[in-house]
Amino acid sequence: MRMLLMGNGAIARGAVEGGVQVAAGYPGTPSSEVLGTLAALAPDKNIYVEWSVNEKAALEVAAGASYAGARAMVTMKQVGLNVAADPLMTLAYIGVKGGLVLVVADDPGPHSSQNEQDTRKFAAFAKLPVLDPATPAEAKEMARQAFALSEQLALPVILRPVTRVCHVCQDVAVDENAAFAAPAGRFEKSPDWTIFPGLAAKKHVWLNRQQEAARQLFNSSPFNALYGSKDELSPAGVIACGVSFNYVQEALQLSGISLPVLKTGTPYPLPDEPVLALLRRVDRVLVVEELEPVVEEQVIRLAWRHGLPVRISGKHDGFLPREGEFSVDRVQPVLLAWLCADGAAKGAASGPELPRKEGEAGVHRGQPDPAGVEAAAGISASTPEPPPLPVRPPVLCAGCPHRASFYAFKKAAEGKDAVFTGDIGCYTLGNAPPLNTVDTCLCMGASVNIAAGLYRVEPERPHVAFLGDSTFFHTGLPGLINAVYNNARIVLVVLDNRTTAMTGHQPHPGLGRTAMGVQGKELDIARLAAACGVEFVRRADPYDLEAAINVAAEALAFPGPAVVVMRRECVAVTKSTSRCLIDPEKCLNCRLCIEELGCPAIFPGPEHPEIKGQCNGCGLCAQVCPAGALEEAVK
Amino acid sequence: MSLDIVITGVGGQGNVLASRILARAAMAAGLAVRTSEAIGMAQREGVVTSQVRMGDPLWGALIPSGGADVLLGFELAETVRGLPRLKPGGVVVASAAVIVPVTAALGLAAYQEEDLRNYLRRNVENLHLVDAGALAEEAGHPRAVNTVMLGALAGLSIMPFDAEHLLRTVLDIVPAKYRGINSRAFELGRRAVGGY
Ligand code: SF4
Ligand code: SF4
Repeated sequence: MRMLLMGNGAIARGAVEGGVQVAAGYPGTPSSEVLGTLAALAPDKNIYVEWSVNEKAALEVAAGASYAGARAMVTMKQVGLNVAADPLMTLAYIGVKGGLVLVVADDPGPHSSQNEQDTRKFAAFAKLPVLDPATPAEAKEMARQAFALSEQLALPVILRPVTRVCHVCQDVAVDENAAFAAPAGRFEKSPDWTIFPGLAAKKHVWLNRQQEAARQLFNSSPFNALYGSKDELSPAGVIACGVSFNYVQEALQLSGISLPVLKTGTPYPLPDEPVLALLRRVDRVLVVEELEPVVEEQVIRLAWRHGLPVRISGKHDGFLPREGEFSVDRVQPVLLAWLCADGAAKGAASGPELPRKEGEAGVHRGQPDPAGVEAAAGISASTPEPPPLPVRPPVLCAGCPHRASFYAFKKAAEGKDAVFTGDIGCYTLGNAPPLNTVDTCLCMGASVNIAAGLYRVEPERPHVAFLGDSTFFHTGLPGLINAVYNNARIVLVVLDNRTTAMTGHQPHPGLGRTAMGVQGKELDIARLAAACGVEFVRRADPYDLEAAINVAAEALAFPGPAVVVMRRECVAVTKSTSRCLIDPEKCLNCRLCIEELGCPAIFPGPEHPEIKGQCNGCGLCAQVCPAGALEEAVK
Repeated sequence: MSLDIVITGVGGQGNVLASRILARAAMAAGLAVRTSEAIGMAQREGVVTSQVRMGDPLWGALIPSGGADVLLGFELAETVRGLPRLKPGGVVVASAAVIVPVTAALGLAAYQEEDLRNYLRRNVENLHLVDAGALAEEAGHPRAVNTVMLGALAGLSIMPFDAEHLLRTVLDIVPAKYRGINSRAFELGRRAVGGY
């Protein structure tokens, strides 16, 4: 059966066909839908699926399942792997019993991330094999085969899809009836599960040997294949990794050029046989891969060790950038420039029309621009410049409770020169005008510790840390304990909107509902804070502006660590039935409602502000209006 | 034969759904298909661009700049922003809807509605400007804009399948109680471009 699947859905399907029994993860764009899909399939396929509090917990849960012989999967985004790095680095030494696959989604661009770290490099650092799919269909196949590979090598295997695989939809063949006869799981006791320096020393030798074993397996992997010109000798060839393969193929086709292209889906450890076979046929090779030169460096090493006189181009000689996402537009001019560099393509590159985006192409340094063709847009060459286009950054939703919480603290801290440290979630958008209430953002759970650190240097200044409910459980809690232990005078505001909103509304321990929909214990954030020793803990409803401002003012005045839980459901979940209307008679057209809040549902009109359909009737603007011109109504 | 469609709009307008419907229709017609869009932060009222590729040959999901056959614009300024993605002589089906961003409401950016509309009229040869919002209301629900736009696209007879096929896909996906509204919205969109 063929289904239209998003890459993440395809990976989940592949995992099911590959016999996954236990899956755990923490949401993070672009990885979240893998676990979401598995959770939806769980009851039918008899799989256990959980959202864990963070990536470290998820990996350890999966490791435990694997120790007992089950096939297990962990999902996260690239920065999540940093949180899981501690168990990962040593799990590589211990090894696994049941196949263990980590899905770590990378985000070249970046589109939705705080950095562009390359998981392939992380895999090489951890000495673990990594698979890099070009399409959702390939990602599914890799997910399916990765469990057996993991068992064969007794190592965790990393599947690293990028955003343009995770969030690409493709028609994919699905086997609804695939069945995997799972062995009955049982943990067999052995000293090999307990890492001590002695075992680590022994296992390090084993781990290094496994690198060669993995390389051998990858030599015959279906995820590596040679495309294009099969001529015995060719002056030039390309090695392309993951999604870059698509861009290379399309660029060659658009340019009417045929070259041997080695596609690799196994960037580490790079299989030597197909690479050497290509290197022996060509004089020059261009390695095309997004982000770090992981494949390129292994190719250089191979060529050097085998004394092959091949010129290897890529990132090290500046043809390709180490940053950002690739596309046909970025790859095509580079490919042509590289071919032209010493005429190796024998004129093949002359003449083709090159559609390309201004400022995106010709990214290589010091190379002549072979394209030299202006962007061929869908409008004629003589088309004038368009009128200025408004910038449209993402903003908090209309009626988002975070807007009200930020505003309450901003009001309470007026004239106090407060610093607002932010965290990872929708609420990072509180940085934008007119709120301007996110002065720092680093990584999950950092807000509270950054505030505490700032406090050490400027103790007279108020420091207010904001983080979300899910982030509080992820890594916020240890920071709070640290602040109490070391008596940092900070205010931690937990923006409790009862969901993990940014990544698509996953549940978390504060709700008690699990990934598979089972209702269990709700962990109460305020009671947790009190149990951590915080002496000032208050709950407030951000929609009640006056009360929220009062609580904020009290918290700011408290001489020790203080916690305020701002609790109100995410409007994207509740789908409100009310809205605000403006009374033109009463409105002074002072525009305070617009200028104070930046709600996307209010915009200036000819006589008075107008309220649009996406208003959720949160009532915040009504509480800001000095004339009482805004009133709640039914949608 | 292959067809590359770029859909532009503002987060929350539902262009991701439009891209899925087109992809399903293509798949049901036996064509290979790829779609791509940035999911995540941009969906909070930011710029959202979807790409749909169908037919043969297909490599990646990203349409080369200046290579799209069709630009389906859900919002006026975003349609203008998307123009460089269109190939020379490509078709633009655009909704006349205007969504003023917060930056403009705060006076930090300008939204020159008339200029943008005139720019499209003067510079796009194959322009079909549709009052999708009004047609959706006429069909029975403001959220039927999506279907109006798909109807308009189908009315141009440039898809590798016919309008009825696309309508069937739409009706397959929407909840049963909204089928009437969506059929009407589709027909209104189709008629708006003279598609009979
Ligand atoms: S009530 Fe006011 S602030 Fe709240 S969503 Fe509606 S317009 Fe925006
Ligand atoms: S999705 Fe929820 S949390 Fe995110 S901006 Fe919208 S209302 Fe706020």
